[in-house]
Amino acid sequence: MNLVEKINAIKANQDDAALVELIPYANFIGVQTKLVNGSIISSLPFKKSNVGNPAIPALHGGAIAGFMENAALFHLLWQIELVTIPKIIDFSIDYLLPGRSECSYSQCDIIRLGRRIALCNIKTWQDNDLQPIALARAHFLLSENDPVNEG
Amino acid sequence: MAVHPFLEKMNQTPHAKELGIQLVSAEKNTVTLKLPFNDAIIGDPISRVIHGGAITTLIDTASGASVFQAQDSLRALATLDLRVDYSRPAATGKDVYAVAECYQMTHSIAFSRVTVFTTDIEKPIATALATFMRSNKEFPVG
Repeated sequence: MNLVEKINAIKANQDDAALVELIPYANFIGVQTKLVNGSIISSLPFKKSNVGNPAIPALHGGAIAGFMENAALFHLLWQIELVTIPKIIDFSIDYLLPGRSECSYSQCDIIRLGRRIALCNIKTWQDNDLQPIALARAHFLLSENDPVNEG
Repeated sequence: MAVHPFLEKMNQTPHAKELGIQLVSAEKNTVTLKLPFNDAIIGDPISRVIHGGAITTLIDTASGASVFQAQDSLRALATLDLRVDYSRPAATGKDVYAVAECYQMTHSIAFSRVTVFTTDIEKPIATALATFMRSNKEFPVG
């Protein structure tokens, strides 16, 4: 089974958890997923190995950024028809609050979906989604094929 | 190379340690770190390139270390923002290096720029800018 067939099978079975198995890094930091109204919410349960400042303890800014980039990736894989994994072009993040030792959640919005480029906004929060701990934006290069919007 | 105990400490934060990030060298205002290639941090199962998230962690760690180096202390930092431009994919199987330079510092704010590469710094895989807020406390902050 090639990657496209795998992703299509995962979508057909609504088996979002299998996406994590597809991306080793997602597994590495401990990403989990949940389907809400047909769209993927990524979560990152607290894990000591994701800590950047052990005294607070606060999550490493890099782990938060990786979690957010990956949330955008999962969202794109789920929402549009692709033949390859989207390639990151640029990634910009603003840190608003320290990532405390609790579960974090990320949601991605596709701001613009072109034939070859997607622009995503990503929001990450912990206990209160009105107080995000970080906001990010990213451009992704999609495959050369026409994406089909399923949303 | 001089021993920089505070830089070693920075690289031993749990997440940097989990990724195996190592201090390669340090000069005035400039720090080089290495992220060893590891199957566990692949982001694309077909091309087997490292996930951008691991690269961002390397960048965040290196740019923070460059500020520690520039201020010659462990005065704590909070990353305000970080911007990464990916110029080419990292060749799979290759270790990744980040050279970070703290090019500007005020009492409250520090700026760092980072070049990320595998074998040739003239052919970077990513370039980045990071802005930090400087605390009066020592890292780690309790």
